[in-house]
Amino acid sequence: MAAFIVRRLIQSVFVMFFVALVAFSLFRYVGDPINQMVGVETSLKERDALRERLGLNDPMPEQFWRFISSAAVGDFGISYQHKRPVSEMIALRLPATLELSLISAILSLAIGVPMGVYTGLHRDGLLSKVFMTVSLVGISLPTFLIGILMIYLFAVKMTILPSFGRGEVIQLGWWSTGLLTTSGLKALIMPSITLGLFQLTLIMRLVRSEMLEVLRTDYIKFARARGLSNRAVHFGHALKNTMVPVITITGLQLGSIIAFAIITETVFQWPGMGKLFILAIENVDIPIMAAYLLMIALFFVIINLVVDLLYYAVDPRLRIESGTAHGHG
Amino acid sequence: MAMAEQTTPKPVQAPKGGAAAGGAMARFFDGDVWHSFKNSPITVVAAVVTVTIFLAALFAPIVSPHDPYDLMLLDVMDSFMPPVWEADGDPRFLIGTDDQGRDMLSTIIYGSRASLFIGFASVLLSIVLGVGLGLVSGFRGGMVDAFIMRVAEIQLSFPTILIALLINGVLRGVFPVEQQADVAYAVLILSIGVSGWVQYARTVRGSTMVERSKEYVQAAHVIGIHPTLIALRHILPNVMGPVLVIATIHLAVAVISEATLSFLGVGVPPTEPSLGTLIRIGNDFLFSGEWWIAIFPGAALAILVLAVNLLGDWLRDALNPKLR
Amino acid sequence: MALLEVHDLVVEFPTRRGVLTAVDEISLHIDEGEVLGVVGESGAGKSMTGNAIIGLLEPPGRIARGEILLDGRRIDNLPYDQMRTIRGKEIGAIFQDPLTSLNPLYTVGEQLVETIQTHTDMTPTQARARALELLIEVGIPAPERRVDQYPHQFSGGMRQRVVIALALCVNPRLIVADEPTTALDVSIQAQIIALLKRLCSEHGTAVMLVTHDMGVIAETADRVAVMYAGRIAEVGPVKQVVKRARHPYTHGLMGSIPVIGHDADRLTQIEGAMPRLTDIPTGCAFNPRCPQATDRCLRDRPEPMPTEDGQVACWLFEKEAAHV
Repeated sequence: MAAFIVRRLIQSVFVMFFVALVAFSLFRYVGDPINQMVGVETSLKERDALRERLGLNDPMPEQFWRFISSAAVGDFGISYQHKRPVSEMIALRLPATLELSLISAILSLAIGVPMGVYTGLHRDGLLSKVFMTVSLVGISLPTFLIGILMIYLFAVKMTILPSFGRGEVIQLGWWSTGLLTTSGLKALIMPSITLGLFQLTLIMRLVRSEMLEVLRTDYIKFARARGLSNRAVHFGHALKNTMVPVITITGLQLGSIIAFAIITETVFQWPGMGKLFILAIENVDIPIMAAYLLMIALFFVIINLVVDLLYYAVDPRLRIESGTAHGHG
Repeated sequence: MAMAEQTTPKPVQAPKGGAAAGGAMARFFDGDVWHSFKNSPITVVAAVVTVTIFLAALFAPIVSPHDPYDLMLLDVMDSFMPPVWEADGDPRFLIGTDDQGRDMLSTIIYGSRASLFIGFASVLLSIVLGVGLGLVSGFRGGMVDAFIMRVAEIQLSFPTILIALLINGVLRGVFPVEQQADVAYAVLILSIGVSGWVQYARTVRGSTMVERSKEYVQAAHVIGIHPTLIALRHILPNVMGPVLVIATIHLAVAVISEATLSFLGVGVPPTEPSLGTLIRIGNDFLFSGEWWIAIFPGAALAILVLAVNLLGDWLRDALNPKLR
Repeated sequence: MALLEVHDLVVEFPTRRGVLTAVDEISLHIDEGEVLGVVGESGAGKSMTGNAIIGLLEPPGRIARGEILLDGRRIDNLPYDQMRTIRGKEIGAIFQDPLTSLNPLYTVGEQLVETIQTHTDMTPTQARARALELLIEVGIPAPERRVDQYPHQFSGGMRQRVVIALALCVNPRLIVADEPTTALDVSIQAQIIALLKRLCSEHGTAVMLVTHDMGVIAETADRVAVMYAGRIAEVGPVKQVVKRARHPYTHGLMGSIPVIGHDADRLTQIEGAMPRLTDIPTGCAFNPRCPQATDRCLRDRPEPMPTEDGQVACWLFEKEAAHV
């Protein structure tokens, strides 16, 4: 078990290193950082002085090392456009994105898994066919379109939900939360549905196909032959076996929720990291892009590690070192 | 299941004296693929819708009632016309006009043309990249394979839209601001195309490794046939089926990606709008009640993607008898 | 009255190309404590018959006609929840592959206790004690330790012992064993068959032993039913069928097993292959391969005819049957 986790950790470090390399190359080679920082009136001499002072003349590995080590302590440099530390800007917007992503993730799991189980068990049922058709429509509708339609219906036509922003937020230390006020919760409804819908349909389809797969296995047939009740067969045996692949994909999906938040945040003018990232792309604000990329990579790596640990909890085949305790015929 | 083997159809008899092409046609129409197509009304509808939209986009200058790009023909007086069935509708503009007085129907037809062009070009780029890298990876093995697959894995663990955004951002940094409108199409095709190669590469690599170990490939090696020739002659034909399925579904994804990027403001500029750009423009007028400017392009996009997705779903099942 | 009776059972599979009949009007019975061997090539319908008896035909397979009686009571048309009180409790089952018959995520003990508690009122402690007893009975060493281990920690033979323990755990009166040794090493096969035979005679359990291995049948069964293309070719006491087979197909089967002390130079082999379910010949299904086929065999299908100690479905024995 320890060996497995160490191996995964090394892999994670490799991924982070690779992403950091990409982020660094962005930072260093896309446009000239100096040009972005100073005005046109700055003289060549001053530019060279700044270049020297920022260490941009140092050997590449040294610069890369400096980039990683400052990123590791949360220092991503100064935004070209806003002239403020990137870390400060991200910290300000992180809570909005994380709250939105978390609610969407819970939503898509809490509804997607039961729907997937249902459609897997009753594959030819009328309701299953309805679910499957609706889910195909759900996959075909781009996220931003769903958001726009919802705004048009609930904010413009019915005026029962706010069309943009987080509503009232309460400060808990540096964390600002919208979960404690009515207007904050109301503001969360449409964005979280918009963001969660796509993941929900994916999770549902995945659980369904895994369920169908597991229900065809010999051990399910044997469980039936032992006279176990439908309930025990479906939920005790089938569902538990479905969970291993579902955990993997769901983990990845939850990671991508944070990335997909970019679109939802744009539609609902949600003051989160995604919105910041889009503005950074429009203005080629490289330090923000690099920082965002590293943050997302970090989330993915953490989620992947959690997924691996969950595997251990679910699947005994991984828990016990192979080679021991093998009986003979 | 053993039963499945016993239901395999009898070999089809080739028509007497028919040319090779005739035989292929007959085989197709008697085959499982055509059979499952005929028996799925929803797929037939999806095919008809897809073909209609493709043709309309292809012949946009002929089919569309107005030319939305010709600034001389635009009249500000015509702007914000609602669809004909509303009180202030104008019979010249079936589903209304936008803020600049452009006919919505025409902009949608031209918009689909832009969206589909970018979609197809991106898919093509992905196929070239993916199939190429997959072949190299499968054929060479070793370090080359390990490196390509590791990069693929890392890329795969991030959503494609994020990768596309990133490539988009980098390309924008490379080109000076004043050129950006001119290269918008190329930037989009590059970012969507490069973000989508992984699936092709994985599929092709898998098949290549299977084929490579077969005797005829090794025999070809021994008698000194160039590996590239082996790849083209023997391995490519075997992977075309899966690649076609991936490409169909990928086309839907690429169209969505284009629309999303354009909606986010980093795609096609408003002067020659795609569907995504149109929705972005329309979004600004949603609150003032001009719903048709956003909703109709949105509906067109949704219908197009849904139809292509349905085709892709059906194709995947039809070419993969195991799933039936 | 027989423990289990099957009357004119027909199992069908609807497919795209029409309905296939996998089991075609089969009748057989099993007495209390008797071992009935069911033998035939793969696809002959023997597993399908076994699955029909335990009520676990895989959809779209279905019982089209006929009835199955346990103690004179019909069980083929019971709703799932009533049938499941019979499965496990009255009729146990053993499947071919012990590696896949056990749920990998639960310990052997958990699966035993679950089954015991489903059919009895035992407390968890009692059920666990019973589980340990069973493991000892099927010959698993160190059961106190083994009971809390997962299936992947057992070898194939040991797993099949666990499967037997599961099938026997509430003393069913009949066990349907579908190719219980086919997936095992030859050296272990004999042990498992001996174990099954010993336990069943100790408990007075009847067995329907489905296999393609005539050797296993000869050693184990009291009576044997030979199946061909979904029908029963011949039924009789095992000694009679092995030594003096009537049906030409059974002859062929017997010729294909080596007999020690018999000075045959070579094993005989039946020419050709069993027909597909899609094109079963008219008349006797065996006629294309039968060395003694007559015009009548091509035209009329023989029904099972009584002999002095069993049945045979072959026109060659029409006269003999008339005398019984």
